[in-house]
Amino acid sequence: MVVFEKPKSLTDVPFHYCPGCTHGIIHRLVAEAIDELGIEGKTVGIAPVGCAVLAYNYFACDMVEAAHGRAPAVATGVKRADPDNIVFTYQGDGDLASIGMAETVHAATRNENITVIFVNNAIYGMTGGQMAPTSLPGQVTQTSPYGRDVNLCGYPVKVCEMLSQLDGAEYIERVAVNNVKNVRNAKKAIKKAFQNQIDKKGFSLIEVVSSCPTNWGMTPQNALKWLEENMIPYYPLGVYKDRSAQKEEK
Amino acid sequence: MMTEKVLMKGNEAIAEAAILAGCRFYFGYPITPQTEVAAYMAKRMPKIGGTFLQAESEVAAINMVYGVSAAGKRVMTSSSSPGISLKSEGLSYLAGADLPALVVNVQRGGPGLGGIQPSQSDYFQATKGGGHGDYRMIVLAPASVQEMASLTVKGFDLADKYRMTSMILADGTMGQMMEPVSLEKVEATVYDKPWAVNGTKGERPHNIANSLSLVPEELERLNFERYERYKKVEENESMFESFMMDDAEICVVAFGIAARVSKNAIVEARKKGIKVGMIRPITLWPFPKKALLDAAEKAHTFISVELSMGQMIEDVELAIKCKRPVMLCNRVGGMIPSPNMVLEAIEKADKGGRE
Repeated sequence: MVVFEKPKSLTDVPFHYCPGCTHGIIHRLVAEAIDELGIEGKTVGIAPVGCAVLAYNYFACDMVEAAHGRAPAVATGVKRADPDNIVFTYQGDGDLASIGMAETVHAATRNENITVIFVNNAIYGMTGGQMAPTSLPGQVTQTSPYGRDVNLCGYPVKVCEMLSQLDGAEYIERVAVNNVKNVRNAKKAIKKAFQNQIDKKGFSLIEVVSSCPTNWGMTPQNALKWLEENMIPYYPLGVYKDRSAQKEEK
Repeated sequence: MMTEKVLMKGNEAIAEAAILAGCRFYFGYPITPQTEVAAYMAKRMPKIGGTFLQAESEVAAINMVYGVSAAGKRVMTSSSSPGISLKSEGLSYLAGADLPALVVNVQRGGPGLGGIQPSQSDYFQATKGGGHGDYRMIVLAPASVQEMASLTVKGFDLADKYRMTSMILADGTMGQMMEPVSLEKVEATVYDKPWAVNGTKGERPHNIANSLSLVPEELERLNFERYERYKKVEENESMFESFMMDDAEICVVAFGIAARVSKNAIVEARKKGIKVGMIRPITLWPFPKKALLDAAEKAHTFISVELSMGQMIEDVELAIKCKRPVMLCNRVGGMIPSPNMVLEAIEKADKGGRE
């Protein structure tokens, strides 16, 4: 009896991610959601520039590789071309909250009917660990070797808090994948973000608070501990906006 | 039967021709002097089930184009010089992913914010790159409102045929002026796009629209293959107009508005007995090299008439392998050479040739 298998929406290509990296979990959750909703054949994913740049090799649905930060604009095009297809972007913090901030905000405010998976690990992983827009105050990175000095480079961007202020966005939630309970919640949120699109509700963004053991310079276990003690207090988990639920309450 | 002619602005002719060519997706950002394209699309697209979207920036617009093109549909954007600089990132990615698109540049004076009057100073940007990496665009240079329309249709076809970007390189004059134009019903050529990312439907392996290739041998192969395609474009798609060239001893080379001005000057020069003609490149890339080289058999002097500090002149010199002197006759910054100015250049060339 099969009790656990690879989602059909993932290819057989082995992930290139570092040991302890949470991208693997998040890829799996996205693929499971696609499988369960039975939408693989009409799903198009948009890969970012960053650690997940090769995501197009891992997801079995049609994929597009976008320029750095431009995934929401590319997704807008793909979705407008085929409104019945399901379109998601998979982006890191540098891609989504720094170079692609304008594309992110405007896709949200247009309530573009797409699903955005936002992986926030507070660092630029692929280029070797530079300060990200979401790096915490005092966080040591290659380009903030003395710790992020908020007087010099400002404060981290809280994406969910910011986007939830927009009238346009449909659904904004922050989750984490540091323990079983949180992984299950993350799965639920991601699936809902896809379901919203199927229901033509509009822009859904799930921020996944994640770890980067390699560039944080920690063991995978210590990285998850650091995430719990530092990241989650700064980036509280929860639903920041759910327009449909708000409407129902009224 | 005569086709009915309508009076239209050049920018509007581009927009209507695009719709006739089957384009149902337009993404743009306001910038003078091309905004009429967007305004026209904003009115028309919703009425015909198409998409008009004002993007948050030129950068976003070209990436929306990238998305629609990846999905296998005809799509366009338009802008003017500073906006094209912003789109150049996307132009490089479109080339790297071998995606077709139509991009319109209604040029204005530069560099920087420059001005809003006509210019041809984006010639280098259009024909030599603009974005990074080895790539080409088919560059079409209309010289009338009619050509604004016909080259738009042609541009879509060539883009799909060769899986590359076609750029309409117009200028503020072409965009703003009104002329009668006949918009014939176009049978848009439909190209099979098995590479489109429109959902596998569980019937095929996944398609990937992508410009990343981390293995050098593979990236080299892709570049060589792309340039094989470009070679075919050079062999088959070069277009030019030849004007009074049969016995020409002086060859004016000009495109767009500069070609129209030059025609007047050539007619005047002919009245004075000067054997002068013109080759008007319609495709700036591929550049009509052979026509110019052939002209160098009879012509003793070439004159490149441009609204730039002398950009196309380099291609003229290369095309004729520097066999003959090439003079530059130019105005810049939004200024246009007068027919008199071109006539003086022709007379100077004539004098020089007889000395």
